[in-house]
Amino acid sequence: MNTIEVENLTKRFGDFTAVDRISFDVKQGEIFGFLGANGAGKSTTIRMLCGLLSSTEGIARVGGFDINKEPNKVKENIGYMSQKFSLYEDLTVEENIDFFGRVYGLSDSDLNDRKKWVLDIANLNGRENSITQTLSGGWKQRLALGCAVLHRPRIIFLDEPTSGVDPVMRRKFWELINDLSAEGVTVLVTTHFLEEAEYCNDIILINAGKIIAGGSPKELKQNYIKHPILEVQCSDVVEAMEKIETQSWAVETSIFGTSIHVNVEDEESAKANIRSLLSSHRIDVVNIERITPSLEDVFIYLLEQQTKKT
Amino acid sequence: MYRKLRPIIVKEFRQIKRDRRVLSILTLVPAMLLLLNGYALNFDVRDIKMAVYDGENSSQSRELINSFLTAGYFEYTEHLTDYTQAQSLIDEGTVKLVLVIPPDFSRDIISGRQASIQLLVDGMDANAATTIIGYAQAVTQQYSQKIVLQNLSKIGRKSYIPINYEARIWYNPEMKSAKFLVPGLIAFILAITGVIATALSIVKEKERNTIEQIDVSPVKPLSLILGKMIPYALISLVAAALVLVAAYIMFDVTVKGSLLLLFFATLLFVCAALGQGLLVSTIADSQQVAFQIAAVVSMLPTMILSGFMFPIKSMPLFLQIISNITPAKFYLVIMRGIVLKGVGIEAFWQQLIYLLIFITVVVTISVKRFKQHTV
Repeated sequence: MNTIEVENLTKRFGDFTAVDRISFDVKQGEIFGFLGANGAGKSTTIRMLCGLLSSTEGIARVGGFDINKEPNKVKENIGYMSQKFSLYEDLTVEENIDFFGRVYGLSDSDLNDRKKWVLDIANLNGRENSITQTLSGGWKQRLALGCAVLHRPRIIFLDEPTSGVDPVMRRKFWELINDLSAEGVTVLVTTHFLEEAEYCNDIILINAGKIIAGGSPKELKQNYIKHPILEVQCSDVVEAMEKIETQSWAVETSIFGTSIHVNVEDEESAKANIRSLLSSHRIDVVNIERITPSLEDVFIYLLEQQTKKT
Repeated sequence: MYRKLRPIIVKEFRQIKRDRRVLSILTLVPAMLLLLNGYALNFDVRDIKMAVYDGENSSQSRELINSFLTAGYFEYTEHLTDYTQAQSLIDEGTVKLVLVIPPDFSRDIISGRQASIQLLVDGMDANAATTIIGYAQAVTQQYSQKIVLQNLSKIGRKSYIPINYEARIWYNPEMKSAKFLVPGLIAFILAITGVIATALSIVKEKERNTIEQIDVSPVKPLSLILGKMIPYALISLVAAALVLVAAYIMFDVTVKGSLLLLFFATLLFVCAALGQGLLVSTIADSQQVAFQIAAVVSMLPTMILSGFMFPIKSMPLFLQIISNITPAKFYLVIMRGIVLKGVGIEAFWQQLIYLLIFITVVVTISVKRFKQHTV
């Protein structure tokens, strides 16, 4: 069953098209990832689906309600956590929970249950009376998630929830999201951390307001990375890449930090070719190894395909 | 409705309690203004320091001096022995007035010639100088009349003065500026609490992005606005009441008219101020900008253009026209009417209607703008 259905959703700001006729469906209980660089249109899409922004064209139904016709019904059924921390920093932890609980019309007993739950998941037991401003980033973020799901929404939207949070906290955060999904909550999350996308059941990649690929992480890798990928570690990465790029056996070449990823037709012959090519140019090869493709490989492959087209 | 507003009102009070800036705007500013206005900004001309150079020291001259001192406005400081001392005393500012009686004063009076006296007045404060001259003239006139009457009775004529004028100052008989200023002060304080505090509190939500979390909730923009305005309206009304009480204790200002009417008029004015605050918040995106705009559209006009300190009738025509943009101008007429004159609604229904129109226009525009901004 689809809880979110989006058809040709478009948002234009003057001449600029931020979101360009995108369509996708999200199944109930799924963790659905929105991937893309900053400014690709992820936040704009999420903001339209939450009713924070009106759409220029297209239809979207969230939890069965049309976002343009019944925005208030939509709002009752969703939770939203924005990129920028948006709880009241001058209220205490408990006051924030109380406020959002009351705003969503929770009863006293319900509010108490949920308060306990939020304090547990955010690990804030004993800090109920701390002013929110004094909490560190990871805590604030989990409190924000807690407040966003206080009213047990069936769908939650998380806009870059882990930006500015350290890796350990980020991991714990994703465990929480997994728990929610296991309870049947649909989670739509935007991120530009590609390793985070691996946690998602389904992903769409957005570039310049358009969907350029979609599917599960596994499908994406299978569909787009058909060739073995070799990771080459060598002395002069930039020069080495320039040399390899021009060879006919190298399908795709890109720099990943201090190494090069090369998509090749055949693993064994390519390894030999790279070694001989680089040594003829006096570049020391440290290691060549076949790696399992990451989403980053897929993403870079797709973006390069896009630039070739235009 | 109340169920929906309650959490917002509770939250707002908690935030006000913690926000030092808003707290000080709401408490210190009114207190300071009341003290400043009541004591320092005193237009009263009283206890005028006065020195006397009596060139004659006769019974007549002493009688004249005495009538000055018993008039109640002048405070005797010293007797000059030398006419030239007069200048230095006025230069130093130790006295505002020197009464100079020439040596032939009583001789002239007795022989039926017109006698002259000289008044040296410090004209640095033109308003005060005018008042001093007025008082001195009155005293001199009275003394002259007395002499005329005495002379007439000496020659056996039944004496009378053709016209006896009796001036009575209504509504503020002691001519105290505090009484005149307090109503204006209340308007001024309400302009601060209503416009500035409201604008800051809404803009703060924008600045810190908390408004987004409310936008995705089922709370409607109107509920948010009302939930924010009610606490500030309450605080404003309490502030107004405190100023009235303080004015009573410190300056004996009593409300002559109906308290109920005063309450309703104040409530209307508070609504007008809150509407202005809301409008400012839809224009400004940061608290700093909001404060500046609010100061320009509310605080300054209330102080300068409302008739609080400067009478509107003595302004150039174009300023008189501009003065209509400040609701305080109309509230002041109502306030002074109720507090000083004790008049009823028949005296200021036009001003009430103006306030109603002002509220409707401002609130309509700002609610529209506010909604546009959120969706």
